[in-house]
Amino acid sequence: MRAPSSHLEQLLPVVLLLLCAVLPFIVPGYYVQFATKVLLIGLAAMALNLVVGFGGLVSMCHAAFFGISGYILAVMSDKYDPASVAITFPLAILAASFAAVVIGALSLRTRGVYFIMVTLAFGEMLFFFFHDTTFFGGSDGAFIYFKPELRVFGWRPFDLEKNNQFYWVVLGLTVLGTLLLQRIIASPFGHALQAARDNERRARSIGFPVYRIRLIAFVISGAIAGVAGYFSAAQYGFIAPQVLSWHLSAILLVCVVLGGMGTVTGPLLGAVVLLGLEEVLKSYTSYWKLIEGLIIIFIVLAVPGGVRQLFDMLVPQKEDAPRETSNG
Amino acid sequence: MADAVFKALGLSKHFGGLKAVEDVSVAVHLGEIHAVIGPNGAGKTTLINLLSGDLSATHGSTFIDGRDISRFNQEKRGLSGVGRSYQKTTIFPQFSVFENVRLAAQARSNHPLQMFRSASRDDAVNAKSYEALQTVGLNDRAKIVARYLSHGEQRQLEIAMVLAGDPRIILLDEPLAGMGTAEARTIIQLIASLKQGRAVLLVEHDMDAVFSLADRLTVMADGQVIASGLPDEVRAHPAVRTAYLGEHAG
Repeated sequence: MRAPSSHLEQLLPVVLLLLCAVLPFIVPGYYVQFATKVLLIGLAAMALNLVVGFGGLVSMCHAAFFGISGYILAVMSDKYDPASVAITFPLAILAASFAAVVIGALSLRTRGVYFIMVTLAFGEMLFFFFHDTTFFGGSDGAFIYFKPELRVFGWRPFDLEKNNQFYWVVLGLTVLGTLLLQRIIASPFGHALQAARDNERRARSIGFPVYRIRLIAFVISGAIAGVAGYFSAAQYGFIAPQVLSWHLSAILLVCVVLGGMGTVTGPLLGAVVLLGLEEVLKSYTSYWKLIEGLIIIFIVLAVPGGVRQLFDMLVPQKEDAPRETSNG
Repeated sequence: MADAVFKALGLSKHFGGLKAVEDVSVAVHLGEIHAVIGPNGAGKTTLINLLSGDLSATHGSTFIDGRDISRFNQEKRGLSGVGRSYQKTTIFPQFSVFENVRLAAQARSNHPLQMFRSASRDDAVNAKSYEALQTVGLNDRAKIVARYLSHGEQRQLEIAMVLAGDPRIILLDEPLAGMGTAEARTIIQLIASLKQGRAVLLVEHDMDAVFSLADRLTVMADGQVIASGLPDEVRAHPAVRTAYLGEHAG
């Protein structure tokens, strides 16, 4: 592991985090909600990057894990009372993880383009499952009338009905998710995952159970995407089958590529840039998608390492440092 | 035959109608380099792939220290003491030299897939990795990213990775391929040292290297063993002279 080359590098995340924490006191409520949305997409994209960037497996079905946990919250929510976080949250994550086990177990038998196609097919299958099942609200989707609440022996640590508190909870989860992913990447497991990406044959030959390693990473990734999906559904108070469609999977992938696959936080930055661009451009022109596309192409061509690389350029790097795959 | 570390009995591999390897038996002994030679297409690489588990055999069984590993896949064989190098250098190009070796040592450690510890802080694994790097003479290159090494150094690294996995048998598939004379000399010396306390099976086209290294020879042609024994016996074997050695035999 590379030692931090300057104080700036250590300080930057802390400063950014502090800024994020005080955001609700600085900007109007609309932007707090917007920031919540960015964090949730960013968290899902960081989760996706565990398999894409570190595992070398391009998954096109992560929207499914995001959506499934949202649907679990929706069907477990009462029309007149808030659902309990303590019950719905674990179940939602369990459902997302279970889907990841099944999809992963089958699709990880394939490689490369075939893996992309198989995961895409599973994602679309789940989209049509929720689209065509009346129990889950069919094509109209399902409402979540009250935000879920957490009570520990009558004490409520936070109130998700309040936008600012919702934001802080999501910020906290994003930080936790980041730390967890960084931990995994730097662990023996994480190194084995990246080794299998670099050279599967060698990884197997020295005795790493590559299939199992990838499946575990896939499930962790799906579970974290489920965490983001749960809160995303709670935030909008609504979930529709479109959340599971390949569009969202593709958006998550764009965040990953835009932000940079080599780092844990890159995809979060990707989400900030992508959704930020969208927000700004929308207010100027109705052709915003065209301009957004052009800007994304420009960024990807100009900074192949992703936006995260720009951050690294701010800080002088050691010349002999290996391609860094485990920092920030 | 009591000290055969590694034994294969009646191995066959059929690809459809093609019998790439047919009823091949080899025994590799402790402290011995056993070379497998033969013309192109003789099935030498297929044989190594069968022994390492890269391919599964159509028939036949494989034993290491008397233990039947016929049904083990590549990963389990790796953990049971089968280490190998490939014709095309097979390392982790994005990782540092040290990290390459460390990963191999990690795979054989007690906790190969821990999730909540730093990978670089296992002292036993680190020590073993340094030792393997020392053995192949790459210790001063430890911090370099593996893809920047020269071809010969990458070969050395691959052998260090195999060593870090504590193998009982090392399978080397054309370790000298594409190498200059000076580089080859380093690798030949290295290979000669590998048989200490282990068994080595070597597939190589460079006959000078084979005859200077091998303690025992097996000659293959068309997927079958046509001769096996001490180098001098094999050299004199009439079938070998016609099938393969040609001008080398003189």
